[in-house]
Amino acid sequence: MGNYLLRRLIVAVPSLLGISLILFVLLALAPGDPFGELASNPNIPPEVREALRIKFGMDDPILVRYLHWLVAMLHGDWGFSFASRVDVETLILQRVPTTLYVVGTAQLLALAVAVPIGVYAAMRPYSIFDQLANTFAFIGFSLPTFFTGLLLILIFSVNLGWLPFVYRTDINASGWQWYWEYIKQAIMPVAVLGLFQAASYTRYVRSAVLDVIKLDYVTTARAKGIGERKVIVKHVVRNALIPVVTLVALQMPTVFGGAIITEQIFRVPGIGSLLISAILANDTPVIMAVTFVFACLVVLFNLLADIIYGWLDPRISYG
Amino acid sequence: MVAPVKKRERRFSPGREAFRRFRRHRLAAASVVVLLLLALAVLIGPSLWPVPINDIDFTARLAPPSWDHPFGTDDLGQDLLARMIYGGRISLAVGFAAMAVGLFAGTVIGAIAGVSKGPIDAALMWITDLFLSLPPLPLLLLVIYLFRDFLKGLVGPEGGIFILIVLVIGGFRWMPVARLVRAQFLSLREKEFVEAARALGASKLRLVVRHILPNALGPVIVAGTIDVAGAIIAESTLSFLGLGFPPDIPTWGRLLFDAKDYLDIAPYWALFAGGAIFLTVIAINFIGDGLRDALDPRKVM
Repeated sequence: MGNYLLRRLIVAVPSLLGISLILFVLLALAPGDPFGELASNPNIPPEVREALRIKFGMDDPILVRYLHWLVAMLHGDWGFSFASRVDVETLILQRVPTTLYVVGTAQLLALAVAVPIGVYAAMRPYSIFDQLANTFAFIGFSLPTFFTGLLLILIFSVNLGWLPFVYRTDINASGWQWYWEYIKQAIMPVAVLGLFQAASYTRYVRSAVLDVIKLDYVTTARAKGIGERKVIVKHVVRNALIPVVTLVALQMPTVFGGAIITEQIFRVPGIGSLLISAILANDTPVIMAVTFVFACLVVLFNLLADIIYGWLDPRISYG
Repeated sequence: MVAPVKKRERRFSPGREAFRRFRRHRLAAASVVVLLLLALAVLIGPSLWPVPINDIDFTARLAPPSWDHPFGTDDLGQDLLARMIYGGRISLAVGFAAMAVGLFAGTVIGAIAGVSKGPIDAALMWITDLFLSLPPLPLLLLVIYLFRDFLKGLVGPEGGIFILIVLVIGGFRWMPVARLVRAQFLSLREKEFVEAARALGASKLRLVVRHILPNALGPVIVAGTIDVAGAIIAESTLSFLGLGFPPDIPTWGRLLFDAKDYLDIAPYWALFAGGAIFLTVIAINFIGDGLRDALDPRKVM
């Protein structure tokens, strides 16, 4: 197991390097000089500007600059936020847990909805339940998250007044009340993100189960007299989940994209809303760092999917 | 008695046969009608409803739908129907143009990877996998943030941002197509008819363009259809975040962005704009589903 993990980690390194290279090249290709502002400032003599350029290595070849930048990133020196006047890494570390909490809960909700519905629909293909599930899945992933978010706010906040539509970190309550408020404000963001994912997962689960359920070993399991419940749960679902894990891992980039939108709608203080506010404030170091963190999170979750894959499918050798 | 009748039906050409299969998917057939109506509405709409999109009328601020303003008005008293028609043009144009970009890039890269063996194939697939693991939305935002002003200066605010958005959305959607095309190529290039053409002395380019590519197109068409929906959602997302087209261009996403602060007094505003996006996207998705059924010759219908 340790060996397998190590191998997956080593495979993840080149893709992280590739991602960082793409980001850096984008930044380097972009028109506009970070020192352009200094050029128009009459208080700074050209010699000082030139000295600054040399100090920051602006005139070095691009590969050298990339290496410098990479080393700084690896040291945890991610720069300084122009807008918030704090180090970028402090800012991001404050925000990442919220994003992971919302995204993680949403994924659990998505799987909790999609797996039972998908399995049940596949057990009775082309039944009314299957057709209903299919139709709802289609509606679900055709509804963009920004629209469902507004719809939920319209229904549950504006019309019914049940749920708050602004996510707050400073809740004025204590004890159980605090927990209740905390959960209540997360319901809508999690539901928006989770149900959107659940729609596509349902279709994955259904087709994966359909592929497995007709196989000979399932018939054998039934013939041995194992109860239907046990056949489905232990024999069918476990094998059907293997391709589903891959597809869920492939969805990860989309999931984090959805997180940006939901965080923006409900004003959840995660890294997604940080990205948007940084873009609106022209805060380049924060934008670069957040984009890189998003890419790292995607790679991390792909790694996690690989581990789950190995656990679900013992045929994958860890050796 | 039944068998000969069936045989006569089978004599349709492949295109006709696909059309017949497509029509059997009732939701897909209905979706084509819906999408055509939408396209027609945004194309000839301005001549049927010649209200300017930026006609400010403060006496009719946030008016609910009425005969004067069938979709109501926004916070500046601008007619929402006219704005929706204009926005629909942009949303649909971005969707189809970005799909074309993605499809073209994906087909070219997939085809090159599929016919070349060894290091070129491996390198191209590594890049494809790398792009697949990139989170598209943060990168879309990053690229637009970095290059917005540059293109604005080059081709004007509207055209510049249109080109940028189309290229960027297309540029992050080619990967599934490339993988599909490559997989098709890998199996098709070993087929007898390709070998026969090769034995007849066809050049590599001719083999690819005349023999392999046409047979690989089925799944690509399906992927391209779904891509239109994805591109429309991507464009609306950018506009919804306030980072797409300039504020005075009312795309559907921008309308939603403006409407979200007036949910309590003017919910129809958000509902019309979001409803239009939803209707377009679900119609395209159903069409994609119908095409998948129609173009899969193994499926018995």
